[in-house]
Amino acid sequence: MLSDSTRTNAVTSGSADLRTEEMLLNMGPQHPATHGVLRVLVRTDGEVVLDCEPHVGYLHRCFEKHCESVTTLQSVLYTDRLDYLTAMGNNWGFCMAVEKLYGPELVIPERAQYIRVICQELNRIASHLLAIGTYGMDVGAITPFLYCFREREKILTIFEHICGQRLNYNYIRPGGVAYDVDDAMLALIKDFCGYFLPKVDEYDDLLSGNDIFVQRTANVGVLSAKLAIDYGCTGPVLRGSGVPRDLRKDQPYGIYDRFKFEVPVGRGERGSVGDCYDRYMVRVREMRESTSIVQQALKGIPAGEIRSSKIKAKVRPPKGEAFTRIENSRGDLGFYVVSEGKEVLYRVKCRAPSFHNIAVLPEISRGSMIADLIAIIGSLDIVLGEVDR
Amino acid sequence: MSMDTKTLVDWVLGSDAGFWWRFAGVAAAWALPITLWVSLVGLISIWLERKISAHIQCRLGPMEVGPHGALQTIADGVKLLAKEDLIPDGADRMLFALAPILAFAGTFVSFAVIPFGPDLIITDLDTGLYFLAAIGSLEAIGVIAAGWASNNKWALFGSVRAATQVVCYEIPMGLAFVTVAAVAGTLSMTEIVEQQNGMLWNWYLFRNPFMPLAFISYYIASLAECKRAPFDLPEAESELVSGFHTEYSGMRFAIFFLAEYAAMYVVSALAVVLFLGGWYTGIAPVDKALAASPLWGNVVGALVIITKSFALIFVQMWLRWTLPRVRLDQMMHLCLKVMVPIGMFVLVFAALWQALLPYAGALNGREALYPTLGSVTGLVVFLVLVIGGWMWVRGVIRATTSYKTANYRT
Repeated sequence: MLSDSTRTNAVTSGSADLRTEEMLLNMGPQHPATHGVLRVLVRTDGEVVLDCEPHVGYLHRCFEKHCESVTTLQSVLYTDRLDYLTAMGNNWGFCMAVEKLYGPELVIPERAQYIRVICQELNRIASHLLAIGTYGMDVGAITPFLYCFREREKILTIFEHICGQRLNYNYIRPGGVAYDVDDAMLALIKDFCGYFLPKVDEYDDLLSGNDIFVQRTANVGVLSAKLAIDYGCTGPVLRGSGVPRDLRKDQPYGIYDRFKFEVPVGRGERGSVGDCYDRYMVRVREMRESTSIVQQALKGIPAGEIRSSKIKAKVRPPKGEAFTRIENSRGDLGFYVVSEGKEVLYRVKCRAPSFHNIAVLPEISRGSMIADLIAIIGSLDIVLGEVDR
Repeated sequence: MSMDTKTLVDWVLGSDAGFWWRFAGVAAAWALPITLWVSLVGLISIWLERKISAHIQCRLGPMEVGPHGALQTIADGVKLLAKEDLIPDGADRMLFALAPILAFAGTFVSFAVIPFGPDLIITDLDTGLYFLAAIGSLEAIGVIAAGWASNNKWALFGSVRAATQVVCYEIPMGLAFVTVAAVAGTLSMTEIVEQQNGMLWNWYLFRNPFMPLAFISYYIASLAECKRAPFDLPEAESELVSGFHTEYSGMRFAIFFLAEYAAMYVVSALAVVLFLGGWYTGIAPVDKALAASPLWGNVVGALVIITKSFALIFVQMWLRWTLPRVRLDQMMHLCLKVMVPIGMFVLVFAALWQALLPYAGALNGREALYPTLGSVTGLVVFLVLVIGGWMWVRGVIRATTSYKTANYRT
C-alpha cells in the first residue's frame, strides 16, 4: 500500500543497528486536527513521517446523484453543503453554470451582480478567518482562533440578516439572488469593513510575526509551483507556491473586471516559496483584498431588480451542457451541468478544489515530523464536505 | 511549627517499639494538610486558568456555578468522580492504575520541602534543593508509564515526548539550581530565603549580573517541566489527541490534571524561593517588623510567598494562551544548544563573581540596605533583558506586518 521507495529521511538512513520498527498510525477520521473526517494513514519512524496516505469518503453524500433527482432550484440547496464554509461561492458557481445554459441573452441585473460579489467576498473573508484560526490551533495557539471567530461571527450575523441563514445560505439563485439587501444592511457591511481591517493587523501581531509560529511553518511542507500545477492545486495553495493564478483576474466572471484588487502570491518571505507560511500569508492578504473589493462594490451598487425576469419560478434550463468555474475560497470550483430541457438536470459534475489540494499531501509531507504533518494539513485548508461531496 | 529532620529522625529512631506506627503517624499527620493544600491550589489554579484564558480570548469563562464560576471546578471534580472507571482493553491494568499515582506522588512530595514562611516548612532538609531536583523527575516516570500502559499509539507518542522533554530540561534547570547553590553556599530552602533578607535588590534575582539569566533560564525550563505551552508537546491536543492521558478518564484523569497544576505551583514557589526573596516583601523595615513577631511573620510570609507564586503562575497561563507550540526538534534545540550553554556560562561567571567579588555580591547573613555593585548590575541586566527582549519581539512583529510589496500582481 505504502511504498518503501519513499524513505527520504536522514534519521533512518544512518547506522543499520539503529533501525527500529516503523509504526502505522491511523490519524482520523476522528482526530482534532484533520478538519472534519479526513483519515490519514501515516507510516512513521518515531516522530518522522515516512509516508502518508489520505483516505477520503467519510462524508460522501451523493451530491451529484442528488442533483439528478431534484429540480434545478432544489439543487442549489445541496451545493451549500459542499464547501460549507463558503456556501455563497458554491451557490454562485452552480447558478453560473445553469445561467450559462440559457445563453448570452440572459442578463443578470446589475444589483444582483453587486450583491453576489459582496456576499462572495464577505464569505471568502469568513472562510479565511476560520482557516487562519484553526491553523493557529493546529500549531498550538488557541487564542487567535477565538479572535478570528469574533469577526467571523459578525459576517455570519450579516448573512443571517440578509438571507436568514448563517451557514447554508441558498441565497444566490439562477438569474439573481433570493432577497434584496436594504440600505441598513449595506451600512452594516460598510461598518464591518472599517472595523475589520485593523483586526487583520491584530492577527499579524498574534500569529504572522510570532517567532514560534514562523519556525513552525516556514520551510515546512514546501510545495513547488510545478508540483502544485501537476496535482491541480488551485486557490491559496497554488498562489502560495508563487503562481499568480486567480480566476477573478484570469477569467473575470460576474463583474469582477470592474474592481481593482491584487492577487497575493507566496514569496518565501520567511522560508522558501510554497511553504506553509506562504499559504497562510496568502490567506491573510486575501482578506484585505476581499475587504477592499467589498468596499468598492458598496460604492458602486445600483438600485434595481435583483432577479432576471427571464428565469421563471420554475427553473427549466434549455437543452445543452455548460461548464463554468469560479474562484472560491479554496480554489477553482467548477460545475459541469447537462440539461435535457427539463426541470431536473440530467447530470451535474462538481470539480472541488479541496479534493485536488489534499491529494498533494503525501508529496509534501514525506520526511517531515508529525507536528509538521498537522501544520501541512492545516495549511492546505480542506473542507471535507467538498472533498467527499 | 516546623519539625526539622534531625528532631524527627531522633524521635522516630529513639525507640524500637512501634517504629513504623510512629513513622506512619507522622507521615499521615503531614500528608493531610499537604493534600488539602494541593487540592486548594489545584482548585484555584484551574479556576484562574479558565478565567484568564477566557479574558485573554474575549470570553467570560465559567459564570454559572458560584460567583464568577468559582465553584465550577468543584462541580467538574464531582462529575469526574461520578464517571465510569474505564480501563481500555489490552492495557496493562496495574501500570495503568499506578501511573497517575506515580505522576502525582512526585509533585506531592515536593511540597514537603517548599517553605510557606520562616517556620512554615514541613521538613527543612539540608539538601532541600537536591531533594527537589531528584523527586521532580518522578512525574516523568508516571507519565511514561501512563503512555505505555494505555496501549494507544497517541499515548505512547505523548509519553515518549514527555520523557525526552523532562530529561532535556532537567539539565538547564539543574544548572540554575547549582548557580543558586553556588551563590548561596547552601542547599537548604530556608537558608536560601534568609540570605535574601533586606531590600528588593538583595533578592537572588539581582544578586549579580548573571542571576537574571539564570532566572529566565530556570523559568523556561520550568515551563517545559510542567509541560506548559509553548512546551506542551506531550499532550499536544491538535497533534496527539490528548497525548499521554488520551485513554484516561474520570478520577484518574483528574489526578493527572491536579498533578499538572500542583507542579505549576511547585515550580513557581521554587522560583520565588530561589530568586524572588521567598517570604520577604523586599522592603527591609517591613520585613524586620514582621520578623519580630513569629505569628505575623509566618502569616504574612505565607501570603507573600503564595502571592508571588501565583503571579508566576499567571505568567505561565498568559504564555500558554498566547504562544503556539514548538516542535520536538525545536524544543530540544532550544534546550541543548541554547539554554545549556547559557546555563554553563551563568554558572561559571556567577561562581567567579562570588569568588572574586564576594562583598559586592552576596552579603551572606547581613542585611544589605544599600544596593551593591552586584545588585546594581544585576538590576540593569534584568531590565535590559526584559525591556530589550520586549522591544526586539515587537520589532520582529512589526517587520513582518509590512504588507505592500513589489511582488504583487496587479
